[in-house]
Amino acid sequence: MAGITRYGSYVPFFRVQRAAFGAGRGARAVASHDEDSVSMAVEAARDALHGGASPELLLFATTSGAYAEKTNAATVQAALALPEQIASAELGGSTRMGLAALGLGLDAATAGRRALVCAADVVIGAPGGSRESGGGDAAVAFLTGPDSEACAGLLGRASATTELLDVWRLPEERFAKQWEERFGAEVLGPALADTATRALKDAKVEPTELSHVILDATNPRAAAGLPRALRLKPEQLADGLESQVGRAGSAHAGLALANVLDQAKPGARILVTSLADGCEALVFEVTERIATARPRHVVSGWIASKRDDLAYNNWLKWRGILPFEPPRRPDPERPAAPPMRRHERWKMAFEGARCTRCQTGHLPPQRVCIHCGAIDEMAPERFADRGCKIATFTLDHLAYSLQPPVVAAVVDFEGGGRLTCELTDVEPASVAIGNELEMTFRRLYTGQGVHNYFWKARPRRQATA
Amino acid sequence: MASHGIRDRVAIVGMGCTPFGEHWDKGADDLLVDACKEAYASARVEPDAVDAYWLGTMGSGVSGLLLSEALKIRYKPVTRLENMCATGSEALRNAAYAVASGAYDLVMAVGVEKLKDSGYSGLVGSRPPDDGTLPTMTAPAMFSLLAPAYAKKYGVDEGTLKDVISRIAWKNHVNGAKNPKAQFRSEVPIEKIKSSPRVAGMFGVFDCSGVSDGSAAAILCRAEDAHKYTDKPIFIKALAFAAGPAEGFFNQEYDFTTFQEVVASCQDAYAQAGIRNPREEVSMAEVHDCFTATELVLMEDMGFSARGQAWKDVLDGRFDGNGPQPVNPDGGLKSFGHPIGASGLRMMYEMWLQLRGEAGARQIRDPKLGLTHNLGGQPGRCVSFVSVVGR
Repeated sequence: MAGITRYGSYVPFFRVQRAAFGAGRGARAVASHDEDSVSMAVEAARDALHGGASPELLLFATTSGAYAEKTNAATVQAALALPEQIASAELGGSTRMGLAALGLGLDAATAGRRALVCAADVVIGAPGGSRESGGGDAAVAFLTGPDSEACAGLLGRASATTELLDVWRLPEERFAKQWEERFGAEVLGPALADTATRALKDAKVEPTELSHVILDATNPRAAAGLPRALRLKPEQLADGLESQVGRAGSAHAGLALANVLDQAKPGARILVTSLADGCEALVFEVTERIATARPRHVVSGWIASKRDDLAYNNWLKWRGILPFEPPRRPDPERPAAPPMRRHERWKMAFEGARCTRCQTGHLPPQRVCIHCGAIDEMAPERFADRGCKIATFTLDHLAYSLQPPVVAAVVDFEGGGRLTCELTDVEPASVAIGNELEMTFRRLYTGQGVHNYFWKARPRRQATA
Repeated sequence: MASHGIRDRVAIVGMGCTPFGEHWDKGADDLLVDACKEAYASARVEPDAVDAYWLGTMGSGVSGLLLSEALKIRYKPVTRLENMCATGSEALRNAAYAVASGAYDLVMAVGVEKLKDSGYSGLVGSRPPDDGTLPTMTAPAMFSLLAPAYAKKYGVDEGTLKDVISRIAWKNHVNGAKNPKAQFRSEVPIEKIKSSPRVAGMFGVFDCSGVSDGSAAAILCRAEDAHKYTDKPIFIKALAFAAGPAEGFFNQEYDFTTFQEVVASCQDAYAQAGIRNPREEVSMAEVHDCFTATELVLMEDMGFSARGQAWKDVLDGRFDGNGPQPVNPDGGLKSFGHPIGASGLRMMYEMWLQLRGEAGARQIRDPKLGLTHNLGGQPGRCVSFVSVVGR
């Protein structure tokens, strides 16, 4: 058998209060204007890969892929500096695919192939609807491996595939639709009960032995019956993160699982289900290894690190739902394919170089050393996980941005290396010379239909050991 | 580095300069014709007398054809060149070497830029296809990095520094108000300058030079031939240029309070011209005030002020039009405007007028040596041109 060996999560910095758009209480997490499902998946996966083994398979599940046709998983592979000799596949079509991907990743591990499973979604809905208000943006990542290395071992599982018209969206449409929930609950409720029961039987676990139960569903009504069906107590039900994050699409089941793992004790048994056009149910047992397998960033830490004041209309602008007056500046040009490929390690993995003669760091990598003039005596060096400090900065009110002003800074890395870059996830008034920052993978803009990915700096979201 | 200079071997014997501003009714070709007509007349020559041309423009046309077609030049050399905001000066520098070499007898350097056809705010550059990772700060943002760095290094509080840079803008508008060819010809109260909406960092609208159209031209010959064209030639004492390795982008020790390229080009120019004490020996200067804080830092890089002291000199009025060492007496980029390809030659035009006693209300008393300076790029990564001229 197999299990989860490491994991990571990501919740973006911004929140829109539901009251700001007349949609009830709490807040939902909102990806910034420079984030998408790919960039968020990278953030979650960085922790899953930290200190761990190298996967042979990369699975990416999303219903909001940055490209409809171009392998988003390849961008994830590049940004994580994974070897090119890796298998990759993408899953889409419903929010169940996050957990389905984890299931496939566990299958691969059972067969001896470690997998990195990422799930991420930017969830939007037609303004005024429940998908908009109930949704949230987030990402999660799991590394699968043999039982002997697992922090959460797979005890059992079951699946169901159900053809019904519940949630649907044509490729050319922006907003998904849903048939009335009473109908969906009629079909999916029994599917959930049946699948969960079979999974528990496969795991040889009684419902009373479960410490945590995660219910993720396109249809809350459909999931509502399960606690009664399994005679679960309220304390067994895991936090659904609805009031602080929202339902994060394909990432949601995994995010709630990550949140449980952040706090669970060895021996805890977890049932996680995801209901959409069928059902996926996995049963895990937490092992002694959980203490050392926990990621540097925990779900509650991401949730606590936030800006609460995003205006509804700005959020709509960021998602391209609300057209607005453009500035008198030229549209950005698309980045060109050959230079992107030549500089792929720099652009995607934030890999610079260090002169082997005088040890001066260079960002971006150079062939000629700025300090000693040596030519072609450089060694590549990855700076993505290094902290940096602000040497100087400015607030640019003229530059085009979906979140003006642009905060541009010159940042210096410990041990050498200097970069001029944009700051993100930051309150402009708090920026000062000497501030410590960390690097984050972002989608700078989309120019002439091509996404432009690179790195920005942000104040640390969570204190890490 | 061997840089021997051509001191007193080349003379400027004619100049022309269009008004700078928003010339909706003129294209680049019209501006070129206007500037060249004036230059030919100034040197009292027919167009055909000029043997070779150097045309500077950053984005208003490619190849020498932009000039040869507009002026109907028949089969003469026309070199098109660009070196960012030092383009116009670069045209002059190369034309001067050509005539000093003896290859030609009478040459013209002309610069032009047509910025107001694009419809965009601010400068718009075009770049070759790239990987999308190049930092994309606007020009005001790039230069706004100078201000907090200068304040921090020299212990000037940011309120005082805002006063200093506002004073620079005020001075240049006072000068521009005396200049019929400037884009902005009114004085602006200093309070209005200080309180204008922020564009980037400490800069308000009035800390930034204008986007404008214009052209300027100079006719040069070897010194011994100058008398054929004018009784009041001006002579080139020094021409220097420095292109940097983008040190500031890589070296953590670069602190945004200086332009190494300016220091290097000034050292070369002063050596060529035999200047040992620029604060005392340079009577007047046209420097690259793309932004007010740039002019402040340039005073120190040029040795007009000691390090950390330029802010006091500014507040003392040292660089005012009627001060001991006038800087940007014609209004500078700030109020004359900055059509990129033309600016270097516009600066030389003011030196030409001043040295010949033709600067009217702006006339400086008995100037000896004038300096022109252009800077292209940004703090930490730029090119710098310096010339010294005199009678």
